[in-house]
Amino acid sequence: MSHIKLELKPEQVAKIKEICKSFNNDPGELINVLHKTQETFGYLPAEVQEVVAAELNISVAKVYGVVTFYSFFTMIPKGKHPISICTGTACYVRGAEKVLDEFKRVLNVKVGETTPDGKFSLNCLRCVGACGLAPVVLIGEKVYGRVSPDGVKDIIKEYEDQ
Amino acid sequence: METVKLTIDNKQVEVPKGTTIYKAARKLGIDIPVLCYMELHDLGVENKPAGCRICVVEVEGRRNLAPSCATECAEGMVVKTHTTRVINARRTVMELILSDHPKDCLTCPKSGRCDLQDMAIKLGIREIPGQEYAEMSTYKKDFSPSIIRDVDKCIMCRRCETMCNEVQTVGALSAVNRGFMAVVAPAFEQDLEKSPCTYCGQCVAVCPTGALTEVDHTTKVIRAIADPTKTVLVQTAPAVRAALGEEFGMKPGTLVTGKMVAALRQIGFDYVFDTDFAADLTIMEEGTELLDRITRFLNGDKSVKLPILTSCCPGWVNFFEHNFTDMLDVPSSAKSPQQMFGAIAKSYFAEKLGKKREELVVVSVMPCLAKKYECQRDEFKVDGNQDVDFSISTRELAHLIKEFNINFEELPDDDFDRPLGESTGAGVIFGATGGVIEAAVRTAYEAYTGKPLPKIDFTELRGMEGIRSATIDFNGLPINIGIAHGLGNARKLLEDVRSGKANYHAIEVMACPGGCIGGGGQPLHHGNSAIIKARMEAIYREDAGKPIRKSHENPYIVKLYEEFLGKPMSEKAHHLLHTHYFSKKKDIYIK
Repeated sequence: MSHIKLELKPEQVAKIKEICKSFNNDPGELINVLHKTQETFGYLPAEVQEVVAAELNISVAKVYGVVTFYSFFTMIPKGKHPISICTGTACYVRGAEKVLDEFKRVLNVKVGETTPDGKFSLNCLRCVGACGLAPVVLIGEKVYGRVSPDGVKDIIKEYEDQ
Repeated sequence: METVKLTIDNKQVEVPKGTTIYKAARKLGIDIPVLCYMELHDLGVENKPAGCRICVVEVEGRRNLAPSCATECAEGMVVKTHTTRVINARRTVMELILSDHPKDCLTCPKSGRCDLQDMAIKLGIREIPGQEYAEMSTYKKDFSPSIIRDVDKCIMCRRCETMCNEVQTVGALSAVNRGFMAVVAPAFEQDLEKSPCTYCGQCVAVCPTGALTEVDHTTKVIRAIADPTKTVLVQTAPAVRAALGEEFGMKPGTLVTGKMVAALRQIGFDYVFDTDFAADLTIMEEGTELLDRITRFLNGDKSVKLPILTSCCPGWVNFFEHNFTDMLDVPSSAKSPQQMFGAIAKSYFAEKLGKKREELVVVSVMPCLAKKYECQRDEFKVDGNQDVDFSISTRELAHLIKEFNINFEELPDDDFDRPLGESTGAGVIFGATGGVIEAAVRTAYEAYTGKPLPKIDFTELRGMEGIRSATIDFNGLPINIGIAHGLGNARKLLEDVRSGKANYHAIEVMACPGGCIGGGGQPLHHGNSAIIKARMEAIYREDAGKPIRKSHENPYIVKLYEEFLGKPMSEKAHHLLHTHYFSKKKDIYIK
């Protein structure tokens, strides 16, 4: 879990409330609410989860349970350009691990970490449903197919000035 | 009612549509083993995450094995519960569960009462292949004042989660993380102390393994008894006598009051007293407060808050301190019987003995784990010295009796010491849901009307229904009474009060289903509500057999007021017997 202590500003609280309200504060929509919230904040720190729990009238423990169950959700702030490497079966057999190792080497971070300049974070996920393009890498919402270890540096270069 | 016919182990059975295979088999006398499954019939609660897969059976025509606890019967189904395939699968499942489970059974506090251990025995597990590949989780133990969490022993049955969320609506626990690291924990894996936990102990009562256990104070009690400079007093809660016998193989509902007193004396307590005495005292204070509030209300005093809520139950007190912080002036300010006893023992009784409070050690035997927390609250200390030094559960007392080589069954009956051991039937019924308010009515009625009660038994206030209400006629003045047991029911009732939907003068709340007799410190009932009902009958039997059944007629209570306190709600009584409440809600996000 994250140990970063955060104080939410009133406008941030208002934003979370607005997201919850757009799903009618329905506890059954928890996963959608968390998705949308993570999209807005980049990650789901404890304080954010507490607001969501209060708004949906469910326990914070339950929200935390869902956040820790689904690998998509994170309590660590993501980089400006979150890199996700698919290690699902198809990507894995087509060499995803070597691609991952190359990202780790070039960026000098481990899986789940963010570069010190806050630019890139590295994560794995399981199957994005584009197995025909294996191995697949996502940066932000942009999809890179048939990535080879040699191509990693070029991909990173695209974001260097952004 | 629509029914389906099916065959289980070559026997025909007809069951209502929607019945699970597990239940249909039970009807035939076939006990399919279950581990995560739990049914609390009277509460309408069923825990069936179908997570452990111990209960799998073979269904003809179905490709995979079916979890019988969660699979509904279908017309013409042919089920086999003990084929080689099933038995192999069950053993494999068990071996996998055990592969990452700690192997310290010899010293585990749940040893001998552990469902996982029992299942390993039943399934004849002799080795655990593959454990070298299992990843042992390494969570730190979490010590709260009442409950110890050792979640490396969690098998994810999620029974505690059901109790904490569905029955109690406390929301302290949830399943977190994945794979070998999956456990049940509070939010952000913080300690229980930082969660909204009320220490009701219902999670401990249903945990099949040593993942959730109570904080054990028996060693501290043994040391206090052995210390020649200390005078050690013990008080026993009403519900203990109705359940302690179960730990010695007696039938649920066996009253063991006399044997319990004899055993405590043999253990070496200097004075064996009764919390029931303090329950009578609670009624004097709480009953007076109730009448005072009602009278002022009827006279048009707008500052009076009604309904008055009982405050004997420490789990309930914790619950409203977390969840109803806008209503902290509504509960009675009367301390619980445990704490009233401690306060009187270390003042009035200490004076009688000519001793200082520091020379006395007060031990309580409680059906409850929240009492361990309650006696450590700062409000119940004088210069750091607790009014009640140690609170042990019914289970811990049973353990103490065994460790002191006492043959419980053979013990002759003994009687409590005086003065703090004398009690009335009203004090006894504190142990069952509805009992506190019935006791209060017995006294408040006579105080208000000045007439003797036409009948002492208020059967309309008794029962097992989660939320009950009744109107009692106080000689022309109708008093509306609400009763809730189980914190989920209490929440419903309180929300109705908050919104103005419910109109009560007085409400009794007990955190545990059934009241204290179903407390988290009692012998484990494994969800069998017949046991709770038997204990309840025992409590009312004890009441009916008492020569005095109204608190205000307890001669030693009368004497206590004459010699020491003056009258109920006097300044001295206020100082010693009343308390106040705090908001435990933390304002998390709004800065």
